Amino acid sequence: MAAPIIQVENLTKRYDSVVALRGVSFEVNEGEVFGLLGPNGAGKTSTVEILEGLRAPDSGRASVCGLDPQRSSRRLKEAIGATLQATALPDKIKVGEALAMFSSFYPKRRNLGDLLRRFGLEEKRNAFYGQLSGGQKQRLALALALVNEPQVLFLDEPTAGLDPQVRREIYDVIEELKFERKTILITTHYIEEAERLCDRVAIVDQGLVIAQGTPRELKQRAAGTTRIDVRLARPEPDGALANLEGVADARQMDGAWVLHSSRVPATIVALVKYLESAGNELSGLEISAPSLEDVFLELTGRKLRD
Amino acid sequence: MSHTWTLTVNRMRLATRTPVFLFFSVGMPLALLLGVCGFVARGRPYLVPYVLSSVLALTVMGSFWGLSMQLVTYREMGILRRFRLAPIGPGALLASSILSNYFLTLPTVIAQFLLARWLFHMPQWGNLLSAFVMVTLGTITFASLGLIVASVTNTAQETQMINQALWFLFLFLSGATIPLPTFPGWLQRVALYVPATYLVAGLERAMVGQESIFHLGANILSLAGCAAVALIISHQLFRWDPGSKAPRRAKLWAASTILPFVLLGLWETHYGGLRKNARADYQYMGHQSAPNAPPNSTPH
Repeated sequence: MAAPIIQVENLTKRYDSVVALRGVSFEVNEGEVFGLLGPNGAGKTSTVEILEGLRAPDSGRASVCGLDPQRSSRRLKEAIGATLQATALPDKIKVGEALAMFSSFYPKRRNLGDLLRRFGLEEKRNAFYGQLSGGQKQRLALALALVNEPQVLFLDEPTAGLDPQVRREIYDVIEELKFERKTILITTHYIEEAERLCDRVAIVDQGLVIAQGTPRELKQRAAGTTRIDVRLARPEPDGALANLEGVADARQMDGAWVLHSSRVPATIVALVKYLESAGNELSGLEISAPSLEDVFLELTGRKLRD
Repeated sequence: MSHTWTLTVNRMRLATRTPVFLFFSVGMPLALLLGVCGFVARGRPYLVPYVLSSVLALTVMGSFWGLSMQLVTYREMGILRRFRLAPIGPGALLASSILSNYFLTLPTVIAQFLLARWLFHMPQWGNLLSAFVMVTLGTITFASLGLIVASVTNTAQETQMINQALWFLFLFLSGATIPLPTFPGWLQRVALYVPATYLVAGLERAMVGQESIFHLGANILSLAGCAAVALIISHQLFRWDPGSKAPRRAKLWAASTILPFVLLGLWETHYGGLRKNARADYQYMGHQSAPNAPPNSTPH
């Protein structure tokens, strides 16, 4: 089996008093879409920036396409493509000019007309960057990341701050790249993004990878349970719902109770009985299959967007 | 080199699309020439070379202002970060800043020469090679100083404050707006430590005295030395990221840019002929305006 195209071992990074990475390790195979999923400040961007050669780690080892990002920075940059969390270009540069300029920096270049067509920017070729919408700017950022036919693509929060429709457009583009077997490392704090796009996911929290595997494998951690979101007319004391039949875990979140139950019918019957006896009422009830959010919740006790 | 050229062409293209650039780098210098020549040298063409040398110096000195603001703004907006992902280094970006600024300044300088000749009947072109060398070196030097300012400041506001302080120093102590010989002796000695003084004096010598470049050695060396030091330091202190702050040592490094001028100032104070030449050019203008002035003679 071929060696992984990205190898990360025990990366640590500190910014003054803030510890960003505490020993991150993972591997990405060629042709794989790998996601780093975690809340803001978890260490995803620091990890990616170390792999892109933009930051030096304090300790640990990283390799991308067999290159050390610090020692072979130039060769690495020729081999990878990347979008930043917030890509910015001068307002007065035209779309076609930006693509032509960035393309000229690389020995290997992709046909710019094809890129413009592929990202739906053909009609915007002569538009100024400052005139583009958020979605068009992000599509241009993706096109710029592909001007050199990269072996590995790094996408740092590619849909952050975009409205749902534009987000879906970007997902379609990334799915096309996935179909072409491009190796992609994507960071996100959107569950939907990780579940829809990634072959494998590493869940990152407070500078550590706390779990990794395929979305299916990760969700199997919570597979024995089903999520029940309960909204009550009046608050209940801590621990009251945790003792209901079948409940493995009960937490209060955003004014609702989130229960994880291994025996849903028994739990619901017990819940209704308990509420009757306590003189409380049910104002909302939702039953859903476990998601990566539940895995994160189980591992950290917090929501992804806390 | 090809990356530097690509960046240079793109930056020139962007500048010409920016109204602020057109106003400050084209409109203002031309208006300055028309205003000052119209006010001081109208009907007295023999004064035009002297006035033109000051206007050229001001045009060239303006380089540091625009470049520092642009670089800091690009850093603040995260534009430099995008460039950092590409296989190009700070050298290409800095060199393209200098080159694009030079190629954009040159047409304005040529237009000023032509307007001085045709509109205000400048009697002679000066020593064009010397003027060209001084304009070239001056543009590179002041652009490099702009890059130094950008490397030690963290925000556009900070850059603006430092630029204003430097601009007033260059404007009023260099002899560009108030002739050096009219300063009291002690202030003339202070002016010998200001980089802009060597540019103004060199341009005066080229335009009024029609001196060849071989007689402008001190001016050329001082500007070239300053440009070299400033370029090396700005390369060392270059920052791509909006979040990265200038380290304390950066300010010390930046201060070392003035080292060539401290040494030159000391040398000029004791042995140099800058003040003597400036006085000669100034007096020559006075003689020319006197009724019994010697026709079309130069002081050297």
